[in-house]
Amino acid sequence: MKIVGTGIGKIDGMSISTGKPVYTDDLVMPNTLVVKLLRSPHAFAKITVIDVTKAEKIPGVECVLTYKDVPNVRFTVAGQSYPEPSPYDRLILDQIVRYVGDEVAIIAAVDEKTAVKAMKLIKVEYEVFEPVLDFETAQGHASIVHPEDDLHCNFDIGTSKEKNIVSSQKVEFGDIEEELQKCDVVVEETYYTQAQAHCMMETYRAFNYLDHMGRLVVVSSTQIPFHVRRKLARALEMPASKIRVIKPRIGGGFGGKQTVVVEIFTAIVTLKTGKPAKLIYDREETFTCTNSRHAMRLTVRVGADTEGYIRAVDIQGLSDTGAYGEHASTVFMVVGQKTLPLYNKTKAVRFIGNVVYTNKMPGGAFRGYGATQGTFALEAAVNQLAEQLNMDPAELRLKNLIKQGETSLAYDGKLLGSSTLHRCIETGKELIGWDEKYPKVVNGRKVRAVGMAVTMQGSGIAGIDTASAEVRLNDDGNYTLLIGSTDMGTGSDTILTQMAAEILETTMDNIIVNAADTDVSPYDPGSYASSTTYVTGMAVVKAAEELKQKIVEHGAKLLEVLPEDIEFDGQVVSTLTGEKELSLAKLAELMVLGAGNLQLVGHGTYGSPVSPPPFIAGFAEVEVDTETGKIELIDYVAVVDCGTVVNPNLARIQVEGGIVQGIGLALYEDVRFGEKGQLQTNNFMQYKIPCRKDIGVVRVAFEESFEPTGPFGAKSLGEVVVNTPAPAIVHAVYNAVGVRINSLPITSEKVFMGMEKNK
Amino acid sequence: MQIEVILNDKPVVLHAEMDEFLADTLRKHGMLSIRKGCNTSCCGLCTVWLDGKPTLSCNVLSIRANGRKITTIEGAAKEAEAFAEVLVAEGAEQCGFCSPGFIMTVIAMKHELVNPTEAEIIHYLTGNLCRCTGYMGQLRAVKTYLEANII
Repeated sequence: MKIVGTGIGKIDGMSISTGKPVYTDDLVMPNTLVVKLLRSPHAFAKITVIDVTKAEKIPGVECVLTYKDVPNVRFTVAGQSYPEPSPYDRLILDQIVRYVGDEVAIIAAVDEKTAVKAMKLIKVEYEVFEPVLDFETAQGHASIVHPEDDLHCNFDIGTSKEKNIVSSQKVEFGDIEEELQKCDVVVEETYYTQAQAHCMMETYRAFNYLDHMGRLVVVSSTQIPFHVRRKLARALEMPASKIRVIKPRIGGGFGGKQTVVVEIFTAIVTLKTGKPAKLIYDREETFTCTNSRHAMRLTVRVGADTEGYIRAVDIQGLSDTGAYGEHASTVFMVVGQKTLPLYNKTKAVRFIGNVVYTNKMPGGAFRGYGATQGTFALEAAVNQLAEQLNMDPAELRLKNLIKQGETSLAYDGKLLGSSTLHRCIETGKELIGWDEKYPKVVNGRKVRAVGMAVTMQGSGIAGIDTASAEVRLNDDGNYTLLIGSTDMGTGSDTILTQMAAEILETTMDNIIVNAADTDVSPYDPGSYASSTTYVTGMAVVKAAEELKQKIVEHGAKLLEVLPEDIEFDGQVVSTLTGEKELSLAKLAELMVLGAGNLQLVGHGTYGSPVSPPPFIAGFAEVEVDTETGKIELIDYVAVVDCGTVVNPNLARIQVEGGIVQGIGLALYEDVRFGEKGQLQTNNFMQYKIPCRKDIGVVRVAFEESFEPTGPFGAKSLGEVVVNTPAPAIVHAVYNAVGVRINSLPITSEKVFMGMEKNK
Repeated sequence: MQIEVILNDKPVVLHAEMDEFLADTLRKHGMLSIRKGCNTSCCGLCTVWLDGKPTLSCNVLSIRANGRKITTIEGAAKEAEAFAEVLVAEGAEQCGFCSPGFIMTVIAMKHELVNPTEAEIIHYLTGNLCRCTGYMGQLRAVKTYLEANII
């Protein structure tokens, strides 16, 4: 391999880093209307009176829309393949508002000031209901968040509206109670994870206009152009063929932009007025009115025999989906899916629980997608189990973790195709200095200690998400690679081009990559579920291989020999004997505009029956001040198995970035609500994401495996990286001062209070 | 109202509302490298140089820039590209949305500090948030850039 495996820079890197106008707001045309949304001040209420007459009279106001003016069809904004497993529980505007910030009216005006002025003149009266704010008391609460009759699920996800349950799940292999009874040591703990905010630097935004055919063209900072098109079609009751969605460069997504947040509001304004319209959320709106990680409570029971074999793992969960059910059932399912297979000496495993509606901002997709929450709970419990067994936690894992070629109770008889997780643990131990430092080193009032955790994710959604790719040979011998995946800064456009270049034996600059535009791109669900390298990557490989075969086939025809008698080295098609040859440029010319009469195109479609897990072993070293509880993260080591590393530089940054986002989840990112349900942590002064001084040193190493079903042996990387910091840091803090923090984030206050309690 | 400034070494007259911030005025004037990420002076995305000093343009009323020298990344292209090449080679721009503000701060640091230590580098840049990269790659790029003494 020449290009795959090389750490080249991103093909769009110079433009995006030097500020070229390539993001959504940079592309807005002149005279575009500015859209603003009036939002509910109440967590749960019914609009009894809404009067927009004064607002409409303000010069420059183009339209003011309320629930009376919009289609009455329920839909979901979750970016998932059809039929979505999320309930159709939303209207564009509803008479019932379900959280502080829920949309009440849409205002469009010639500029922002006018829109805001008009917004303030809308008169609304509410009948205020008792909100459901605590997800632990949502079931059986007197208030029902979604009482409506037309709430629709495409299939049964265990919804029970009257109990505020959006999804109810149970997966059990073996008899969990019986096996736990037999165990010599059982750990039982309850863990809480918070509703982490994505905090992508580019907030949510879109604009749209009607083109020369009267079609709606939406330019959006989205991870899911094809899902946006389908959802707009349903919500606005118009054919998808009348909608085009274009994704320009995106300033980060992390799963937040796997939900349709702003597009419906701009679209309806343009449909009503015929004029271009844009909507840009500011940071406060992004914190309060979009989506977040699902907050969860997870109770884990993990049991082992005296030899240190883990025999039973039980996770009982409760997830808070907030006011709407986007990604509710699937995020919750993944909690079990990406934890239960890890320890395969088990005789019984179970994941059970409910997802509930509350009157808070909805949860959504966030890097890790449930695996993050599950990993925190399971790995914290496994570390505690190691202590009770008097075993080194690394040894306990080496003894119990699934290996390549093995299966697991929750693995449906399938065999694990690739894993170097055991090697990841060994390497990580060496890098962090585990044997010298475990569990702690005391230095006066400061104590340094280490902790660890392992994790798995998936690569794409097995049996569901399917991507297509096309590669075209153009008239002068270059190629166009058409894909529908959505590079949001990850570098996926670059690594997919690397794959195509590798197969076609050409250079990066000989391939024009186009993504994503629903009018042009082949179908792709979008970049989420750790799918792009693996699923879209395989589609690209298939497309490039097909095109290469066609080049050989038609080269042979033009040279008047048999295909088996020629070879193609990327530049020249020549006979094996070397007598005849034809340059790629000439072949392209002949095929596209000459006697060949056929523009050569390779197609590839791929959907995988399996979702091979990438793995990480994460190790944290912290220093805790025993007088104040102050925690300093000194060192973090992540050793990664993502199969073949397609681009080492970009992969390293993906890991470092994900680890730091996990560090934020672990140590800093606190979510607080007021007593009436208003989010208090709604800006970067209240909600602290890690800055340069907060992270210590993050070190990354790769232990490559070869995934037989992946492109060039690659698996995913984008999500698995966020999972280990929380449990590893909790472990390190416990080893330092004996305080077990089960509720994220691990603040110094919690540690201090814990030390006081232990005294 | 109108303000007269030297924008990227050229005298220009900018139109701005009385309560308008410089970031918005500059974007209206076509300086699309300027992004706003927070509205609370926390993220550093909107960093420009005001009389040569890195300044958060979302937090400066446009009228305050009257008569002053403003430099955006468009006006520091040569230096910006030199560092961007190092940053991109490291893979540490990722989504790129925060990069212009970050790069303006890095170049200002290079002008201001002589042989900064790692701690000084981190301290100088700490007001520039990035949610993608985890900062480590950016630190590697900054060190490479300073060591190579490009430009």
